[in-house]
Amino acid sequence: MINLRIDAQPADAVATPSENGQTDAILMTRSLNFWYGSAYVLENVNCDVRPREVTAIIGPSGCGKSTFLRCFNRMNELIPTARLEGSVVFRNRDIYDRAVDPVEVRRQVGMVFQKPNPFPKSIYENVAYGPRVNGYKGDMDEIVETSLKRAALWDEVKDDLKKSGLALSGGQQQRLCIARALAVQPDVLLMDEPCSALDPIATTRIEDLIRELREQLTIIIVTHNMQQAARISDRTAFFTVAESGAGVLVEVNDTQKLFTTPTDPRTEAYITGRFG
Amino acid sequence: MVSQWRDALNNVKSVPRAHPTADAAASEPAGLDFARSRRDSLRRKFVERSVHAVLFLCALISVLTTTGIVITLLGETIQFFGEVPIVDFLTGTRWTPLFASKSFGVLPLVNGTIVVALVAIVVAVPIGLLTAIFLSEFAPARLRSMVKPVLEVLAGIPTVVYGYFALQFVTPILRDIFPQTQIFNVASAGIVMGFMILPMMASISEDALRAVPRDLREGAFALGATRFEVVSRVVVPGALSGILAAVILSISRAIGETMIVAIAAGLQPQMGFDLLRSMETMTAYIVQVSLGDTPQGGIEFRTIFAVGTLLFVMTLVMNLLSDLLVRRYREAYE
Repeated sequence: MINLRIDAQPADAVATPSENGQTDAILMTRSLNFWYGSAYVLENVNCDVRPREVTAIIGPSGCGKSTFLRCFNRMNELIPTARLEGSVVFRNRDIYDRAVDPVEVRRQVGMVFQKPNPFPKSIYENVAYGPRVNGYKGDMDEIVETSLKRAALWDEVKDDLKKSGLALSGGQQQRLCIARALAVQPDVLLMDEPCSALDPIATTRIEDLIRELREQLTIIIVTHNMQQAARISDRTAFFTVAESGAGVLVEVNDTQKLFTTPTDPRTEAYITGRFG
Repeated sequence: MVSQWRDALNNVKSVPRAHPTADAAASEPAGLDFARSRRDSLRRKFVERSVHAVLFLCALISVLTTTGIVITLLGETIQFFGEVPIVDFLTGTRWTPLFASKSFGVLPLVNGTIVVALVAIVVAVPIGLLTAIFLSEFAPARLRSMVKPVLEVLAGIPTVVYGYFALQFVTPILRDIFPQTQIFNVASAGIVMGFMILPMMASISEDALRAVPRDLREGAFALGATRFEVVSRVVVPGALSGILAAVILSISRAIGETMIVAIAAGLQPQMGFDLLRSMETMTAYIVQVSLGDTPQGGIEFRTIFAVGTLLFVMTLVMNLLSDLLVRRYREAYE
């Protein structure tokens, strides 16, 4: 429908096989280093994200989880002092290449934030915003309905789509934000602690939704809740703070393996609750 | 002094202690403090009450002043309306109280006031709003820190200077472009008044824009919106009530502005919208009569109170309206 895909051009030196010999990763970071001004935030992160899986990012506070997530849609650039080295490869193309427009990246890599942030507009307009700014000319009603259905919100709001998005409950607002992100039909959905501001029931609904969405798109979710990571993710990446003060990727593995047989003692210490 | 302390010490020592030796050192200063605090507490209470009273008096002064102004205005205005029917005043289109054939229709003055204010708003609102958007959304921090002080300087220029700027600088330019322009004209006064209001418009709008949460901007950016789309479809709509409040305050300021119009817009009360002609505003009329040789106590002199009351009501309504909008805009994201 919205046909604004980045052309899949093979990039040089990025098709390095991941640790188990697969090159099917939809997103890869290579030698990713990140700074805010003089603060070193991420140190040499090499991480692969497989398509149609849920990848959870866990780690103690201040280990750069959210910063890492925001590298995937170039959201960090909105902060003037941010600086990035290395590459983030999306479908074999470095999204930090000079020729790539960050706006194009964000159309394919959607994002849901920690605190629900619906626009102070109607439910309908919230969902229609993305397609509108992306120049969608088709049937807006249809895309709004489909997106709200995919976000499991349609039945609750179908009778008053004109109501303000802010009038919804916190959990509904977060599902509205998911619907809003889905309306642009991204391939990847980044979620930055999407349940941390929600009650347990709303959290369960979002988790169910994440499991359903996994069939259709790639999800990367930052969470401070290890149980949540264990419940919903296929793979988990564990970050911690290195001696340099920057966040480092300790290991990334199938969620079950990471939680049952971690290879790194730091991972074990974290998941057994000895620090963080 | 000393005896007071001794008494206090004795009082303290007479209280049985569990550990007399350990307490001996500690209890003496404690006893002294206790004795002092009783005296101090009286003094503190006195100081507290005096401060309270002084602050209250200061607050009272402004309330009394306002009340005094309203009473003076109303008293004279009621007398005025004893002689001139209020309907004639509000609907008449001829304003000649200082001439032999007197006519008290205030509409020409209202017309002049509104036309000048409109010109000012047409200048101040777009430029002010765009300045605010630039400062809040686009300008790098360093440039912002340079532009803001300049705006504040603009806000600090005395209005009489603006008045002469209009008369000596803007009017000649207008006369070069449109030769039929009168020396005193509405366009010149209105344009310069617009520049006078500009800093206020820009500053209040910028506050409103900055009050739009960062979350909302990020949400829009994450959907693939460009900076312009974020500003035009999320930030400005989100700040709309604050911006409207800024517009209304600007109008209110333009209506009440006196020096610029008294100097540059002339003293001819007339109806119409010809910007190149002279018109008299309500404020300029009040200046004209207050400073002229109009004898006090007559109906001619009382006109300025009637005009003043009308002006007061107009700006009051504007300010209440903006208050209402600001309150709405505070609730916008909660």
